[in-house]
Amino acid sequence: MDGAAKVLGTAQYVDDLSAKDGELHGATVRSAVARGRIRGIAFDEAFDWSGVTRVTAKDVPENIVQLIVDDQPVLADTVIHHVYEPIVLLACEDRAKLADACAAVTIDVEPLDAVLDIASSLAAKTVVSGEDNVQTRYLITKGAADSEDSETKIDEALAACEVVVTGEYSSHHQEQLYIETQGMLAWWDEAGVHVTGSLQCPYYVHKGFKRAFGLEGDAIHVTQAVTGGGFGGKEEYPTIIALHAALLAKKSGRHVRMIYDRTEDIQATTKRHPAACEISTGCDRDGRLRVLKMRAVFDAGAYVTLTPVVLSRGVLHAGGAYSWQDARIEGLSVTTNTPPNGAFRGFGAPQTIWAIERHLDRVARELGRDPAELKRQNLLVEGDTTATGQVLRGSVGGEECADKAFASSDYFAKRAAGPVIEGRKARGIGASLFMHGGGFTGSGERMLKGRVAVDLQAGGRLLIRSGSTDIGQGTETVFSQIAADAAGIDVSQVSFAVPSTTTVPDSGPTVASRTVMVVGAIVEQAAAAVAAQVRAAGRDDESWVDAADRLLAEHGELSVLKQYEPPSWVDWDETTYKGDAYPVYAWSCDIAEVEVDLDTFEVRVLQFWTAADVGKAINPVMCRGQLEGGALQAIGWALSEDIVWRDGHILNPRMTNYIVPTALDAPRFETILVECPYPHGPGGGAKGIGELPMDGGAPAVAAAIEHATGVSMDHLPLLPERLLLASMAGTTSQGAI
Amino acid sequence: MRVELLVNGQERVVEMPPMVRLLDVLRGQLGLIGAKEGCGEGECGTCTVMLDGEPVNACLVAIGQCNGREIITVEGLAEGEHLTPLQQCMADHGGAQCGICTPGMLIAAEALLRRERSPSDEQIRAAVAGNICRCTGYQRIVISIQEAAAARREQSEGPR
Repeated sequence: MDGAAKVLGTAQYVDDLSAKDGELHGATVRSAVARGRIRGIAFDEAFDWSGVTRVTAKDVPENIVQLIVDDQPVLADTVIHHVYEPIVLLACEDRAKLADACAAVTIDVEPLDAVLDIASSLAAKTVVSGEDNVQTRYLITKGAADSEDSETKIDEALAACEVVVTGEYSSHHQEQLYIETQGMLAWWDEAGVHVTGSLQCPYYVHKGFKRAFGLEGDAIHVTQAVTGGGFGGKEEYPTIIALHAALLAKKSGRHVRMIYDRTEDIQATTKRHPAACEISTGCDRDGRLRVLKMRAVFDAGAYVTLTPVVLSRGVLHAGGAYSWQDARIEGLSVTTNTPPNGAFRGFGAPQTIWAIERHLDRVARELGRDPAELKRQNLLVEGDTTATGQVLRGSVGGEECADKAFASSDYFAKRAAGPVIEGRKARGIGASLFMHGGGFTGSGERMLKGRVAVDLQAGGRLLIRSGSTDIGQGTETVFSQIAADAAGIDVSQVSFAVPSTTTVPDSGPTVASRTVMVVGAIVEQAAAAVAAQVRAAGRDDESWVDAADRLLAEHGELSVLKQYEPPSWVDWDETTYKGDAYPVYAWSCDIAEVEVDLDTFEVRVLQFWTAADVGKAINPVMCRGQLEGGALQAIGWALSEDIVWRDGHILNPRMTNYIVPTALDAPRFETILVECPYPHGPGGGAKGIGELPMDGGAPAVAAAIEHATGVSMDHLPLLPERLLLASMAGTTSQGAI
Repeated sequence: MRVELLVNGQERVVEMPPMVRLLDVLRGQLGLIGAKEGCGEGECGTCTVMLDGEPVNACLVAIGQCNGREIITVEGLAEGEHLTPLQQCMADHGGAQCGICTPGMLIAAEALLRRERSPSDEQIRAAVAGNICRCTGYQRIVISIQEAAAARREQSEGPR
């Protein structure tokens, strides 16, 4: 469908849209210190400013980026909170002059002490936000911990266990590194403001414009251009670049296009939150897990952005895919003077799943058990309760995934045989088990009220109008298949409207593994409803097309709008963090086989098995593509991707030194689709799987490295130099470099 | 400087300072938007085009180096809207997700298939190692190229 334009090279991304007469290029002048007070902005008087549009904070009607908390300005006015804080916007028709203009701006800043990592933020010797740098706290309690004095009670429960194991685990920033950098084209006319660009969530941008410009909704027209990858990086950030382009467009009266180069994109846009987790668990000598005590601290960066929601998903996945009788899971997010972190595939879950999976590997070591066998023994099954007290009602495929992945990879035989050492190469195998909740957390979908419309068009065609975007994951194709199947017509008879706030309803954001499972479900209902009207009106001898055309002629138009309603039994208490955190989970088992060079500690993943319970694979090719692509991002996060910091600056904001996997680094994938249908999912029971594959790759790789070398790593990334140091320090101790 | 080029089979003449990037000439004056800029320093491969049959990063090639040479971009692969087997396989087997790396990936693959009728998995991976894809995990791309190689062999040999 959309595939043809992409392989022909005719698909138009924002940088490909033809330039309008008088169009200007936009650029951003940013801070150079991590924290400080702006004393003044100087525009060099010797510079010829003709033809250059200048925008500062005073040009912003309401200087707030609309998100959860009103803490982030569109342009910094008085205080700087991170090194890449935007302060001045410039636009010019001539690119070379624009670059000179940027160099002719001087920001006079009084530097202030900055807080640059989780430890110093928690220590709060320097307070950069609130009273103690802590933004958000969550507490999940179960069993013994369900008490006013939950910490004492969980400690007592731990003390009563036969085996108690304690550990600390941490994970690092990750850049989404979509191959198309962020970009927007903005202009104003009598209809209001228009922005077209690379984005996941047109209605986020729409809300951001309502707030910052004080405009009515119908004066704001946000349209998605073909988007070259998002992975969460184009969830909330595009609001900022869109506002910037629109501010320049408003002041200049021209079209303004802002396209970040790779360095600016890596520096200024959101990344995965680093996290530090402390875990203590208690279990029986035979491996039955009993008690979990965990504290997860997430580094929010300079502003709140979506951090509370990321942290929420993090703590809700912190218990992993396992059954705990008593649990106390505490989550904190803290402010640092680093660029704000935000949405990235997995959304907090990869961080806590890294921690719990590595911890259970440690427990297995303590018990003298195979880690995957220990995990399999404790997997949640139908009827079990999660840490929030949610009873799993079905579509629980964890055990089936584990057994299929174990069998396909010959896991137990390879583990029992021990590492294979040939020359200086050691080969080992490791596993992770995990689950990921589909859709918004708790009552989120009920409040969100996502909507789609399906229109009947001439010739019996259907048009899907939805705010859910295709960012490469295949929304357009999968929605078209769902609608075609629901209507009983051929998929070639279905079209997908370009997502634009002017013409499509708000389906909710394209995030949270919700597009197919949640929005797809109402696409199915709407298409079925349109088809039912056509068939009810059709005469005995009338074809679908004739009946449709006659119906259209009679009514002028026929469109069905559907609003999502979650299953009635979903019961979630936001204040106590108890209940049905997600209506259903996708389950998975990842197995990595790695080869470690014992001289250089270079790690290659040779083969990677994933068995994933997807509910129902509507398009198996695309479903596998999601699982494999996500797994490789997880492998990259584990082995090579690392943001290097100094004084709040990123030292490697380039593709030359931020290393993502190439085709030669990627393993062979063996992907097994397990289908335990979710009764409320479309197409016969599909569940959300977009984020799932990001969760398990890193711990599977770490377990395989441990099998190959005996080196046990608790802190990401697993860079060769860190492996070397850990091996020299002995297998149980290790530290960050 | 006056530069004569054969671009996708058509003779084109441009007047440009010699150090202007080939990528900018293609995307600008020649109106060929298929090649993209992903990094501007030869790391991502999304600007890959064929220069005299060899895949190159158009962001690293100066137009002054191109006089009298042949350039093939993604737009030069298909005849009109009629997809080549390679393009069709890339679309059918999940080789293109977001599509931004696809034009460069197709050129790298095309250059490989022109010299190797039956490339191995390893040869395919080596041929596209300079083309970063963040979506697919590469396996669907390797499968697409293998399927395209098979289709091309069948085309040249006829049905058996």
